[in-house]
Amino acid sequence: MSDRAQMEVIARLVPEGSRVLDLGCGDGALLAHLRDTRGCRGFGVEIDDAQVAACMRRDVKVLQLNLEEGLQLFDDASFDVVLQLETLQHLRNVETMLRETARVGRIGIVSFPNFAHWPNRVRVASGRMPVTKAMPYEWYDTPNIRVGTHADFEVLARKNGLTILDSFGLDAGRVVRRWPNLRAAVAVFKFQRGA
Amino acid sequence: MASIGTVTAQQMHFAAPLALKSGARLADYTLVYETHGTLNAAKSNAVLVCHALNASHHVAGIDAQTGQTGWWDNLVGPGKPLDTGRFFVIGVNNPGSCFGSTGPMHANPATGQPYGADFPVVTVEDWVDAQARLLDGLGITQLAAVLGGSLGGMQALDWALRYPERLRHCIAVATAPNLSAQNIAFNEVARRAIVTDPEFHGGHYYEHGAIPRRGLRVARMIGHITYLSDDVMGEKFGRQMRAAELGYSTQDIEFEIESYLRYQGDKFSEYFDANTYLLITRALDYFDPALPYGGDLARAFASATAKFLLVSFTTDWRFAPARSREIVQALVRNRHDVSYAEIAAPHGHDAFLLDDPRYHAVMRAYFDNVARDE
Repeated sequence: MSDRAQMEVIARLVPEGSRVLDLGCGDGALLAHLRDTRGCRGFGVEIDDAQVAACMRRDVKVLQLNLEEGLQLFDDASFDVVLQLETLQHLRNVETMLRETARVGRIGIVSFPNFAHWPNRVRVASGRMPVTKAMPYEWYDTPNIRVGTHADFEVLARKNGLTILDSFGLDAGRVVRRWPNLRAAVAVFKFQRGA
Repeated sequence: MASIGTVTAQQMHFAAPLALKSGARLADYTLVYETHGTLNAAKSNAVLVCHALNASHHVAGIDAQTGQTGWWDNLVGPGKPLDTGRFFVIGVNNPGSCFGSTGPMHANPATGQPYGADFPVVTVEDWVDAQARLLDGLGITQLAAVLGGSLGGMQALDWALRYPERLRHCIAVATAPNLSAQNIAFNEVARRAIVTDPEFHGGHYYEHGAIPRRGLRVARMIGHITYLSDDVMGEKFGRQMRAAELGYSTQDIEFEIESYLRYQGDKFSEYFDANTYLLITRALDYFDPALPYGGDLARAFASATAKFLLVSFTTDWRFAPARSREIVQALVRNRHDVSYAEIAAPHGHDAFLLDDPRYHAVMRAYFDNVARDE
């Protein structure tokens, strides 16, 4: 997550002193922030060589693994919080990954671009795929191989027996709690396994 | 980048015998080592570099005697990832080796004759004990880091397991928590090649003025195949032929890969000792820190306190990434600090000695943290 305000919103969802696993942690900025401001410890998981080195430069513990291969390395409930920010949309096995997230973490926090954000709807209604700040790619070169909406995720979470603890949208770093499926560029969910 | 310049190997003699894991003792032995950089006043900036099968204490720079460049010169030096401007780097030749430290070619004090096959079987643990004694002699109680690749990585892991208070960081590259059956099998083929060479004389070939060169050559050829990836071998040699026409010979060199392997074998047999090869491959076979814990590697690592960096290479099939991940998993289970890089290098096991920029970026970033941790 590059956006500072957005990072702060997510950080506030993570209890102080948590043991955190950040899947698709990028350059480790959030983990460093959680370590420095909230006393959190844990690991990032990242596949990209340059990002792995960037994490190390911040002294963020990082494991270079391919998330498509699952989270076998991690035991059940071995983390207080598992973060999966702006990562889900790049994965082939979204559903498996979601279940794995809930298995490994007591709490899961997920964010992804909300395809139902109104500018996207307008764009699709005009007959073209949206190109926005949250999804700045053309349809033919996007790494976002899964596009879903805030509302879609609720259905998927229910199907997988997850309890949603909190959900909202983000737009330009601001929290959107009213009609997030329409008004937010990014969807955020905090959930746990079971009822 | 600047090299370290000329280095002169040093020696430390040990009168007190080294108690070995087997129950045997190594009496009256000498270790050869080299150092780079300056030990700070607090003696807190020392990094020990452990060597693998066919390497030595000569890690970096140009050896004053042989004129050879150190085996990890691309990593170790001024301004390099392991920066000798900041760290005091120690390379030590393990006992049983053939690069100066007491080994099977040296006189057995009990008989006055070369040890030969009577040199005691040494293990990774024994080497680490010997290294610890060297550090005692240098007045270093705690290392900033222990670094090793392959068999050297096993030594680094053993340091973290058995001397937790003596290192702050453990950096293990292209290594494994133990050898697989396939790996032991390769070692056994190499050993049989040596032992069945008529010039081997039961390991006492020194007295016969003989060298089991044929065995060593085959051992090296086998080893070399396993250090390279199929892709690299294909790219380098493919099916290139020596001559334009087939020679229809079963014994002459036809393919370039044959020529290459024979050359590597010949070169190796000129400088490496056959008994050392047997000893070192056995040390590899025996290493298995999880064994006392019923195979539970996480329990083996429970007492470790160091921070860890593990690195593997995607095309390394001799010490495959999956083996490094086992170590990572054991460390994560214990909630130890660990980072892990899995570098998509094409070169197979050999990659740990090469200067792939992605690999070296990781090493540089990690050593920056080690320096901050002093």
